[in-house]
Amino acid sequence: MIKYAWLIPVFPAVAFPIIIFLTRKVRLLSALVAIAAIAASFVMAVGVLREVFLLGVTMEKPVEYAAPWLQIPGLLKIEAGILIDPLAAVMLLVVTLVALLVEIYSVGYMHGDPGFSSFFSYLSLFSASMLGLVLANNYFMIFFFWELVGLCSYLLIGFYYHKHSAARAGLKAFVTNRVADFGFMLGFFFLFAMFGTFNFRELAEAIPGYQNTGFLALAAALVFIGPIGKSAQFPLHVWLPDAMEGPTPVSALIHAATMVAAGVYLLARAFVLFASLPGIMLLVAYVGGFTALFSATIAVAQRDIKRILAYSTMSQLGYMVMAMGVGSMTAGMFHLMTHAFFKALLFLGAGSVIHALEEQDIFRMGGLYKDMKVTASTFIIAALALAGLPPLAGFWSKDEILAAAFDHGFTGLYILGTLVAFLTAFYMFRLIFVAFFGNRRAGLHGHESPLTMTIPLLILAVLSVVAGFVGTPFASHGFSTFVYYGEPHHVEPNYAVMLLSTLVALAGIGLAWLLYGRPSDVPEKLATRYRSIYTLLVNKFYIDEIYMWLFRRVVLGLSEAFNWHDRHVVDGIFDGVGDLTRISGQKLRFLQTGNLQTYALVIFTAVVIIALWMAAPVLGGVIQ
Amino acid sequence: MITLNHYLALGGLLFCIGLFGALAKRNAVAVLMGIELMLNAVNINLVAFNHFLEPARVTGQVFAIFVIVVAAAEVAVGLALVLNIYRRRLDSNVDDLDWLRW
Amino acid sequence: MPDMSALFFWLLAAIIIASALAVVLLKNIVHSALYLVLTFVGVAGLYILLNAEFLAAVQLLVYAGAVAILIVFAVMLTRRGDIRASNLFNVNYLAAAVVSLALFIVITLATGRMAWTATPGQAPAGNVGAIADAFLGHFAIPFEIAAVLLLVAMVGAILLARGGKQDQ
Repeated sequence: MIKYAWLIPVFPAVAFPIIIFLTRKVRLLSALVAIAAIAASFVMAVGVLREVFLLGVTMEKPVEYAAPWLQIPGLLKIEAGILIDPLAAVMLLVVTLVALLVEIYSVGYMHGDPGFSSFFSYLSLFSASMLGLVLANNYFMIFFFWELVGLCSYLLIGFYYHKHSAARAGLKAFVTNRVADFGFMLGFFFLFAMFGTFNFRELAEAIPGYQNTGFLALAAALVFIGPIGKSAQFPLHVWLPDAMEGPTPVSALIHAATMVAAGVYLLARAFVLFASLPGIMLLVAYVGGFTALFSATIAVAQRDIKRILAYSTMSQLGYMVMAMGVGSMTAGMFHLMTHAFFKALLFLGAGSVIHALEEQDIFRMGGLYKDMKVTASTFIIAALALAGLPPLAGFWSKDEILAAAFDHGFTGLYILGTLVAFLTAFYMFRLIFVAFFGNRRAGLHGHESPLTMTIPLLILAVLSVVAGFVGTPFASHGFSTFVYYGEPHHVEPNYAVMLLSTLVALAGIGLAWLLYGRPSDVPEKLATRYRSIYTLLVNKFYIDEIYMWLFRRVVLGLSEAFNWHDRHVVDGIFDGVGDLTRISGQKLRFLQTGNLQTYALVIFTAVVIIALWMAAPVLGGVIQ
Repeated sequence: MITLNHYLALGGLLFCIGLFGALAKRNAVAVLMGIELMLNAVNINLVAFNHFLEPARVTGQVFAIFVIVVAAAEVAVGLALVLNIYRRRLDSNVDDLDWLRW
Repeated sequence: MPDMSALFFWLLAAIIIASALAVVLLKNIVHSALYLVLTFVGVAGLYILLNAEFLAAVQLLVYAGAVAILIVFAVMLTRRGDIRASNLFNVNYLAAAVVSLALFIVITLATGRMAWTATPGQAPAGNVGAIADAFLGHFAIPFEIAAVLLLVAMVGAILLARGGKQDQ
């Protein structure tokens, strides 16, 4: 099975042209093709994971199959290959599973949409690129699929392209990611220049002994720009909230398994590069930590259900990046996995609500629990998992990150992480209390969604509960002995950290209940009291506005300058050359009289001169 | 005593007069006349060289005869050309001819 | 008493130069053609001075006879406008004069300073016989080629003078 692992991305990749060219007209068949393809990938992924266990494939002894793709002896060698280690195997499983559930869900959600078939084709391509990225065995391949993921996100975010804001959001995601991709590209080109290979394993062997850490740090910093963009870390996070313009299943896919996970996955893949550079690790940790806090505070003041979830994703991604930064790749990947399940569930649940109400403002919802029992209860399970209450999945993974931060001596980051945990619990239950309980505010009545939508919700709810047990510190051979960097280590349960984070989560839920659990005017009062902070949060710290201003001032100003330079200096030079040729041609044209006698005259003038020159020795003295 | 140099100077002068005629005249027939003068100047040189430097052989004279042959052919063809041009343009002025430009 | 041949030389040289100048400078093309004949005759005289009697005869026959006639015919056939202003200078005549003069000076100075070395020997008594031997002996192939050239020139001249079909 593991030999044929390369087929995993091929199934959905083949589904894409099949849907586009063959089954476009027959909607249900399109969905069936896409689901069948991803289901096949899922089965393969399960098989691969099983064989990884059976064959004893570890992080040190991965399986690699590669064929030369582009080869210039002594200069360039690019392989098309796959690398399967526990990290890739776990990611394959998560991606295929979430993608499968999202596609099943989409059958119900996108029902009746005119772009039904193309939606499934895009989803297939999106999954295929992500799976290819996971399997890639070198930087070049990973970059190739990285770009494909970016392209698909553009297509899917801008899926309702007739809507101006959706089209703009797609563009924004694409452009922001291009900036980040450029950094990433420079980074791995640097690596290639230093080591002469793109291959992960060869690099892993070469990097630890490399002396010139200055260059290495530059390369690592550049590579890190890639995840900053893809995983929506500050300051390139601006695209993710706007990506909500896409259909909700796409958001679920982007936020859980494909797009944003790619950045964290790249950090894990390139971990050997970062691990040797403490300074860069610190940078990674603080970028992650700052993003976690930054977006959690924004989420507190948002009203749009999808936006709250989007900022929550950013915040959780911050956690993962922070985990990488403090040196625990295990914790980061563990959280990525559990988060994939409950965040997918949250988005699909939100999609279910939106599908029923056609409304996204939580303050216009209310009392939905009575109408949509399945959606509401699964949503609450996911929120509890996200808030980090034991024994749900989020608790174990988040706890491992906090414990790692604490153990590695990053007390500041640990406190910050705990604060974020509190905020997370607060904003999630603010959402739940406002949207699912209380009175109907706008008189909107929900209704339960069809089975194609609720079954994925239920499956994901189960996963949100149990997925954490694979990594619990009470189990002897857990996630940490499977996916790791360096030595496999067993995390000892840190009861103080566990207790504190549970208490903090409960406090967050309690505060949410106090403020929003029953009718009260406290939130309004607080908002008026701290008007400036509130406006700041509602406006997302004005980051978009700042970028806009910077763009106007700097980019447009520079463009103006370059435009002038181009017009007057560059064009001037070339116009000058052109004018010179033209004018000299116009003048010199008159030399070409076309008259035989004139030519003969010139010839004989030359004859006189040549004769003079040749006769000079004979003439000597007379004409000098 | 008339030496070779006298003849050569005469030939040179005749050649240059012919050249001037060929370069400076408007009428195509006059240009041909200039060319004839130049060829004659060459012939004078050839025969003079023969006479003064190699009296035993007649090579210079043979060359001169070849030149005359070529000159006759040239005049025949040249005049035919002039006639043809004249017929097309009703003019035998060469300075109006700028056909070499295209 | 001056040498007779030197006297003849100066006389012929004066005739040749004067008539050549007349060919070039006169404004009537018919006069030019007549002076051209005079130049040819002068050159034929020079040939006699140089012991090239056969060549002198050829010069008279071919140049003064055939070529001059051809030229006069051409003048007649292309005559247009005032015959007294039929042979004018073009705009470049000053430059042409300068170039020609410069070439003359260079040639004269260069040849005047050369030290010629003559091969001693006696001129053959029968000039015509010697030339015939040369043509039919050593120079047989160029001689034949010259014959072909004349034929080709004749055919070409006829073709050109007839003009193309479109002229008819």
